[in-house]
Amino acid sequence: MTPSLLDRKLIFVTGKGGVGKTTIAAALAMLGAQQGKRTLACEFDAKGNLADFFETEPTGFQPRAIQPNLHVMSMNTEESLKEYLSLQLKIPFVARLGPLARTFDFVANAAPGVKEILTVGKVAWEVRRQAYDLVVVDAVATGHIVGQLSAPDAINELVQVGLVREQTGWMRDILHDPATTGAVIVTAPEEMPVNETIELADRLTAETKVDLAAVVVNRVLPELFGRGEEEVFEQLREPERVEVLSAAIGGRAEPLLDAAQLAVTLRRTRAGHLSRLREALDPTLPLLYVPYQFTRTHGLRTTHQVAEALSAELGF
Amino acid sequence: MATKTAEPRHGSLEQLLAAKEIAISCGSGGVGKTTTAAAAATMAATHLGGKVLVLTVDPAKRLANALGLEAFGNVETQVPPSAFKEAGIEPRGELWAAMLDTKQSWDDLVRRHAPDAKTREAILANPLYQNITGKFVQSHDYIAMERLYEIHTSGKYDLIVVDTPPTRNAIDFLEAPERMADFFSSRLLRWLTAPARSRVVNFASRPFYQVADRILGSQFLEDIAEFFILFQSMYEGFVERARAVERVLSERRTTFVVVSTLEAAPVQEAEFFMSELAKRRFHLGALVLNKVLPSYLLDQEATAAANRLSADADRIAAELAATLEDGGSAGSAGKAGTADPAQVRRVLDEVAESFRNYQVVAMREAEQRAELGAAPEVVATVPFFDSDIFDLGGLARMGEQIWR
Repeated sequence: MTPSLLDRKLIFVTGKGGVGKTTIAAALAMLGAQQGKRTLACEFDAKGNLADFFETEPTGFQPRAIQPNLHVMSMNTEESLKEYLSLQLKIPFVARLGPLARTFDFVANAAPGVKEILTVGKVAWEVRRQAYDLVVVDAVATGHIVGQLSAPDAINELVQVGLVREQTGWMRDILHDPATTGAVIVTAPEEMPVNETIELADRLTAETKVDLAAVVVNRVLPELFGRGEEEVFEQLREPERVEVLSAAIGGRAEPLLDAAQLAVTLRRTRAGHLSRLREALDPTLPLLYVPYQFTRTHGLRTTHQVAEALSAELGF
Repeated sequence: MATKTAEPRHGSLEQLLAAKEIAISCGSGGVGKTTTAAAAATMAATHLGGKVLVLTVDPAKRLANALGLEAFGNVETQVPPSAFKEAGIEPRGELWAAMLDTKQSWDDLVRRHAPDAKTREAILANPLYQNITGKFVQSHDYIAMERLYEIHTSGKYDLIVVDTPPTRNAIDFLEAPERMADFFSSRLLRWLTAPARSRVVNFASRPFYQVADRILGSQFLEDIAEFFILFQSMYEGFVERARAVERVLSERRTTFVVVSTLEAAPVQEAEFFMSELAKRRFHLGALVLNKVLPSYLLDQEATAAANRLSADADRIAAELAATLEDGGSAGSAGKAGTADPAQVRRVLDEVAESFRNYQVVAMREAEQRAELGAAPEVVATVPFFDSDIFDLGGLARMGEQIWR
C-alpha cells in the first residue's frame, strides 16, 4: 500500500513548462499547512515566481513564515554550499577560505552535477533534521528532473569514499524511501505535456529510485453539454435556427455559437489526450484533476481554488 | 485559408528567412516552439527553395510523422518528396530534419578533437565523462549550440531552423558556449590537475587539496584529474570552438524567432528573452504568437447578445423549442423530434456562460499582447487550430499563418 500523497515528507513537483507546475506546488503546500503540517515550500528555480502564488514578498534562501504552518524559501546554490560547508563539514569561517569558496561557486555553476546535489541535498537535509512535517519542492521541469533526482546516485557512483560519499548515502536513503519522498508530475490535457508525462513516468521508474506518487492533470476544461444537449446544440447551429436564435436574442448569435463550438472542440481534443494518458500510466497511480481556471490564473485566490480542488481529489 | 487581418508590415517571416542562414526558435516550454520551427522550415523549403534543415531537440513522434519520417536521429534525414506530394505541395527546395542526441553529439565532439586514438578511448571510458554527457543538465545547452555550429560550417544547408532545448531560463543556451569556454580555460582546472601533473603541490593551493580531499575522497579527485588531463589535450580546440559558436550566434546571418502564447508566464519569459537578445546585440527577427483565441470573443455586440441570452433565457428557450419541434425532421433530438424547453434552456445557458468564460481569457490575452510593447518588426499570430498538426499539410497550414 503506497502512502497517501500528503503523508510523505518530501514532494518534488515537476512538469513541462507552462502547465502550471508552480500553481500545483503552491496549492499542495497550502493544503499541507491547512491540515496542520508544518510545511516548507521551496522553489528550485531562482527566477521562479512562487511568491506570486502566495502574494508575498520575494522568497530568499532563509525560510520565512507567511501563514500559520507555511514557510517559503527559494534555492540558492551558493548559500546552500556555505551552509553545507559550515554545518556538514564543520568548516568555520568559510569566507576566510576566500578562493576556495569562489572556486566551489564556480564549480557549482560550471561543472555538471554539483548544482543538482546542492539543491537536492538542501531539501533532503531539511527532511533529515525534521524541521518540517512536509517539504514541497517546486522542482525543475520534466527535461531536467531525472538528472536532478539521480544526481546523488551519480555522484555516489563516482565518489567512492570521503564525506561526500556519506552525504549522498543519507540523501539516497531519504529520496528512495516511498514513505518519505514522492515525485508529482503536473501535466495538462494537451499533446506535448501528455507525451512528456508518459515518457517521464517511465524514466523516473527506470532511472531513479524516487517513487512517482501522483500525476496532477491541470486545466481540465468543463464538459459543456450533457446527454442529448449536444444534439440540441447541433440543431441550433443549422442556419435557419441560427436565424431564429438571432431574432430571439436581438443580435447576432453566430459568435456565441462559434465560441461554444470552439469550447466543445477544445474539450474533445483534450479528452482524447486525457484518455491516452490514462491508458499509458500504471492504473494504480493516482491521477488528480484540477479544473481550468477561467477567472484568474495567478495569485493567492487561484492557489486557494486549486488547493480546494486538490483537496477534493485527494478525498479530504 | 483565413485571410490575414493584420495591417501591412514592413517585414514578413518570408523576407526574414530569405535573408538569414540560421533562425533560432525560442521561448518557454509548451508554446509551440518545435512546431513553429518545423512550419517555418516547411514554408522556406516550399517557397524559398534551397536546402533547409530543421534541427530539433526533442520532437514529438507526431512531428516526425508529420514530416513523413518514421523517426529521425542525430543524422540529418531528408523529408521524402512523397510527403510533400501527399500534402499537395510542390516544394522549390529540399527539407531535411535532424534531432539532437546529446550523448552521441558529445562522443562525436571528442572523436573530432582528441589528438590520438588512445586519448579518445580513455576519455570515452572515463566515468566522469560518461556522467557529464549522459546525466547532467547543462550539457544539453552547450551541445545544441555546438551541433548547430558544426552543421552550419559544413555548408550543406542554405537555411537551418533550430528549435532550442526546453530550459526554464531560455537564455541558458545563449550563455552555454561562454560558460563552457570559461570552464575549460579556468584556473580551477589547473588546480585540479596540478597534483597529477606534478606531485609538487605548491603552498598556496594546499588548503584547497586538503579540503577537497576531505570532501570528495582521493579516488574521485584522481578521476577528475584524469578526465581533465585527457580533456586538456582538447582544450584549445574546445575553447576556440566555443568562441566560434558564440560568434555565429551574434552574426547578422543569424536571427532569433521568439515564440509565445498570450498567457502571462510565457509572455513574461518572451519579454525577458527579447531584452536579453537586445543586450547581447543578437538579431531579433520575429515574434510568433501561438494559439491565440479568435477576436470575435472580444466583440462588444456579442457580449451584449450573450447577456440578453442569459437574462431572457426562458423566453428564448421556449421560442426555440417551438422551432425545433416545428422543424420536426430533426430526428436526432432524441425525444421523438420534440425538444424539451428545459433542455434547450440548459444548452443556451451553457452557450452564454461558455462565451463569457472564454471572453475573460481572450481579454487577458489582449492585455498580454498590449504589454508586449517592444516587439520586433515581424509579428505573426497563429489561431487555435481545431486539431493537432499531424502531417506536412498541417505544418504548411500553420506556416501560411506566419509566412507573409
